[in-house]
Amino acid sequence: MGGSGRPPSPPALAPAPAQPWRGSLRRLPWFAGAVLATLVFCAVFAPWLASKDPTAGDITTKLIPPIWMERGTMEHPLGTDRFGRDILSRIIHGSRISLLVSIIAIGVAGTLGTALGLIAGYRGGLTDTLLMRMTDIGLSLPTILIAVVMVAVSEPSFRNVVLVIALLLWPRFARQIRGETLAVKEQDFVALAVVAGRSGTWIIARHIFPNVVPTLLVISTLQVGYVILLEGTLGFLGVGVPPPNPAWGLMIADGRGFLATAWWIALFPGLAMLLTVLAVNLMGDWLRDHLDPKLRQAGARVTAATATTAAPIEPAIAEAPARGD
Amino acid sequence: MPLLAVEDLKTYFFTRRGVVKAVDGVSFTLEAGETLALVGESGSGKSVTCLSLVRLVPEPAGRIVGGRILLDGDDLLAKNPRQMRRVRGKQIAMVLQDPMTSLNPGLTIGTQVGEVMRLHQGIRGRSLRERVVDALRRLRISAAESRLGQFPHQFSGGMRQRVSSAIALSCAPRVLIADEPTTSLDVTIQAQYLELLKEVQAAAGVAVILVTHDFGIVAANADRVAVMYAGRIVEMGTTLQVFNNPRHPYTQALLRCLPDVDLKREQLVEIGGQPPDLAALPPGCPFAPRCSERQPICERSLPPAVTVDAGHTAACFLAVATPA
Repeated sequence: MGGSGRPPSPPALAPAPAQPWRGSLRRLPWFAGAVLATLVFCAVFAPWLASKDPTAGDITTKLIPPIWMERGTMEHPLGTDRFGRDILSRIIHGSRISLLVSIIAIGVAGTLGTALGLIAGYRGGLTDTLLMRMTDIGLSLPTILIAVVMVAVSEPSFRNVVLVIALLLWPRFARQIRGETLAVKEQDFVALAVVAGRSGTWIIARHIFPNVVPTLLVISTLQVGYVILLEGTLGFLGVGVPPPNPAWGLMIADGRGFLATAWWIALFPGLAMLLTVLAVNLMGDWLRDHLDPKLRQAGARVTAATATTAAPIEPAIAEAPARGD
Repeated sequence: MPLLAVEDLKTYFFTRRGVVKAVDGVSFTLEAGETLALVGESGSGKSVTCLSLVRLVPEPAGRIVGGRILLDGDDLLAKNPRQMRRVRGKQIAMVLQDPMTSLNPGLTIGTQVGEVMRLHQGIRGRSLRERVVDALRRLRISAAESRLGQFPHQFSGGMRQRVSSAIALSCAPRVLIADEPTTSLDVTIQAQYLELLKEVQAAAGVAVILVTHDFGIVAANADRVAVMYAGRIVEMGTTLQVFNNPRHPYTQALLRCLPDVDLKREQLVEIGGQPPDLAALPPGCPFAPRCSERQPICERSLPPAVTVDAGHTAACFLAVATPA
């Protein structure tokens, strides 16, 4: 360190300025990070990574076991399913579906839920009551049942899966964001913004929303695992993204009949799902620990304390000349 | 015509326990450039009075049920929310007690100081930046220019309070409401801050309503004092009048509570008893149960405000006009 030959920095200010992220980065869950990075990489570059077409089968190569078993071939490292489709290629392409569904569904649900939560929390009164009862209803819906009914009534399609999941997800956002809004609203700077003559919309957008973003990030991350599982479940039940798309849930369902003979068909997509959900949740926990408003405030107080100890000296020096004029 | 005239202001809170009369018939006036101190115990209605002035009483429990608030003869209570928004910030501004929560932790100081100016004066771009630096300099924020991009947590408590004040004063309001602005500051910073506020006030001709329960601050900063008890003003006059010649037993008791260096008392004096329950006020003088000079009439009817001297009133049956 310090090899650049810079003159020594002023000693009074030098002692390691608090770098809140350095410590946290060290505790970053590397396993989860690696899994997620791989997943995203796979999703983005799926067509180049996967050696085979995920939907094109070949009956002559059906039910080939993974590479380390007898009959296993280099062609199909994780084996093939009953139509002779390459499992590995399908898993790689399947990551696209899982990620896209999660991102879009969480995006839609997060936007809607956050907006409603902000409005309910800030306006209070009747608006709050109405919106929160809607949220209660939303939260009490039997998830799987509603999903099955809704997708069954309409065509199973990518869009419908996303919509159903978003519909089931928004109340979680609305409720948490409302709670956070209630807390932020009580802070003096909000009252002062009202005194300054700002409109409610402005105050929500400018003063409240930025302060709930950390919470929003944490909920969103924690929901990714849930969405991937839900999407998998829907696929398994046959109401998810329709075949022949290589959705992981669909692949597990496909393999269900062959568990005794060709277990690899169901096992590998299941493992992919398990790893992904585990990684996402670990990441979410880490994010929560580092962005939690309460913990954050404790951190801010520490910095504030250091600042106050320095303060009496600094104004005295800096403002002495200003007094003169 | 006074700059601000509050007439018979009544702010009640409607709770399950009954109607809490937090402010019950408060009247006072404020001239431009003047500092009026509102003093009293916790719960005496100081803060609610201030909140009523900007119509920020927490609804739906709280409501202003009566009275008028005339700013330049214009009744603020008759304004709709849109008109009210134009008054806030431009005409009336506020500094609150806790500098730790007065600033948005997520926005830079420069943005927050500039916001009111952008809203009310429509200044943008470079001239806004200059005005922001000016506003901060006026409140002695050192190296203001380099601090524009910093966040509140990088400032000390005293500096944050000065930044809040810079925001409050940025649009040259006519009335500044300072609700215990120094309570959470160090004693040394307190004096510095109040001195600074006085300077800025004198320069801009702002009228200040200073809420405090520190008589030292009152003596050093206020032109006039209003002593509040149980939602009413029990005594009001110039600082000299109230300090030298307190006429209401409550004011007298409060002043007796001050530690006195000359008397070398071992123990601090206190006022016996508790402030009354605002939801169940006695029919007579609310201070009667704790008053050392209680008369039979005090428990039956409410004493009216009596003018005891020019500009000096006291709401007590014992107060009589001093013969000229």
